[in-house]
Amino acid sequence: MFKRLPDDSRAIVRLHVDGRHIEAREGDSVAAALLAAGIVQARSTPVGNAPRGSYCMMGVCFDCLMAIDGVGSRQACLVPVREGMQVRTQHGARRLEDET
Amino acid sequence: MAAGGYDFAVIGGGLVGAAIAFGLCDGKRRVALLDEGDIALRASRGNFALVWVQSKGLGMPDYAQWTRRSSDAWQGLAEQLKRETQIDVAFSRRGGFTLCLSDAELQARSEQIKRLHNQSDLPYEILDHAQTKARLPLIGPSVAGSVFCPLDAHTNSLRLLRALHLGFTRRGGSYLPHHAVTKIGDGFRLETQNGTIEALRIVLAAGLGNAALAPMVGLNAPVRPLKGEIIVTERTGPFLQHPIVNLRQTDEGGVMIGDSQEETADLRVRSGAIATMAARVLAMFPHLAALNVVRSWAALRVMTPDGFPVYQQSPTHPGAFLAICHSGVTLAAAHAQHLAPMLEAGALDPSLSSFSAKRFDVQTAA
Repeated sequence: MFKRLPDDSRAIVRLHVDGRHIEAREGDSVAAALLAAGIVQARSTPVGNAPRGSYCMMGVCFDCLMAIDGVGSRQACLVPVREGMQVRTQHGARRLEDET
Repeated sequence: MAAGGYDFAVIGGGLVGAAIAFGLCDGKRRVALLDEGDIALRASRGNFALVWVQSKGLGMPDYAQWTRRSSDAWQGLAEQLKRETQIDVAFSRRGGFTLCLSDAELQARSEQIKRLHNQSDLPYEILDHAQTKARLPLIGPSVAGSVFCPLDAHTNSLRLLRALHLGFTRRGGSYLPHHAVTKIGDGFRLETQNGTIEALRIVLAAGLGNAALAPMVGLNAPVRPLKGEIIVTERTGPFLQHPIVNLRQTDEGGVMIGDSQEETADLRVRSGAIATMAARVLAMFPHLAALNVVRSWAALRVMTPDGFPVYQQSPTHPGAFLAICHSGVTLAAAHAQHLAPMLEAGALDPSLSSFSAKRFDVQTAA
């Protein structure tokens, strides 16, 4: 769906998304890295369990909430990627007991 | 009834008015529910949604009894609303706790509940830290103990308000928004911002607005605003099966925090009360510190001088009734199922006689 610009020379950063390895570029937000890797779902809603993906990409819509490095409900569009980062799709309501 | 008029006009479309109006509708009687617009002071949209028994009525046994009757009728109301509107108001009655953060607090609460038990036979348990932790495993070390009452419950009060309104109109009632009442004439003729409404009987259920309306029919409504603030967090997985007096998890997973009381009508949220409430809740459930807060708001309770409700028929304008309380959620079932039939019969039961506002007409010592 999304393609990177051909002259992007930024360093490659590797992260884990639900156990799968993807490559991002230094300076990407988690949301941008996932979209570039073809992953469109960030979470599902707490009540209806409907899929949601990154939408506004600027911290406003809260649809990109994901568990990042063990902390739930983080806005993937506002968190820069880091080597070895652990990212999980957040299914339903955030579960604090999964975070300890 | 004259053409175009109503048998009953209930003034006030919040939980108190809507519950009464819902109870009055039987498909034959013509009932109108007069409401303001969206900017009305609406305690019904700002409340904490407890159906609460354990702290109600010390010093007024009739109020403890009335609360108990409503609590016992609540499951029936929830089922009735589900049947008629398909709305699940998420009523859950598994008992509620007051958590105490010091021995002194626990001592004070224990004495209060014992007095209420002696007065009104209220069932309760007093639990120390270990006993509380056995039932609420996530409590923090600074919880000294708790008071538990098996009758306490909670609901989804936004859905309750919606269900009462929908149930009312489905039963044939006429909901009239933007009909704030400005004058009440004999008969009764209600002058509103959108024309005159005629009704044989009227019920004043306008919350703080009752103060201005009651004198128009020879009644006295000594109400004042008591501000409360509430915090709600993001939704999280179920961790709390029981309501706590200052903390509960909604059926959809959000955590509501709130028990502040301030003598003001200022609706702005202030950091002081919010911070105090949050700190107490974090001492009770430390793991909640990780949760994001998504909203906070303030609303105004409808408070009488002694904190107890007022139910009264006008002595000078028979057929005009007054209903005031600050527990529109807890008392919704009593209002729909017990109060409404009395209004239909044209007289309040003797069991409600002590709720007359005449109790405030006493001389003050110099």
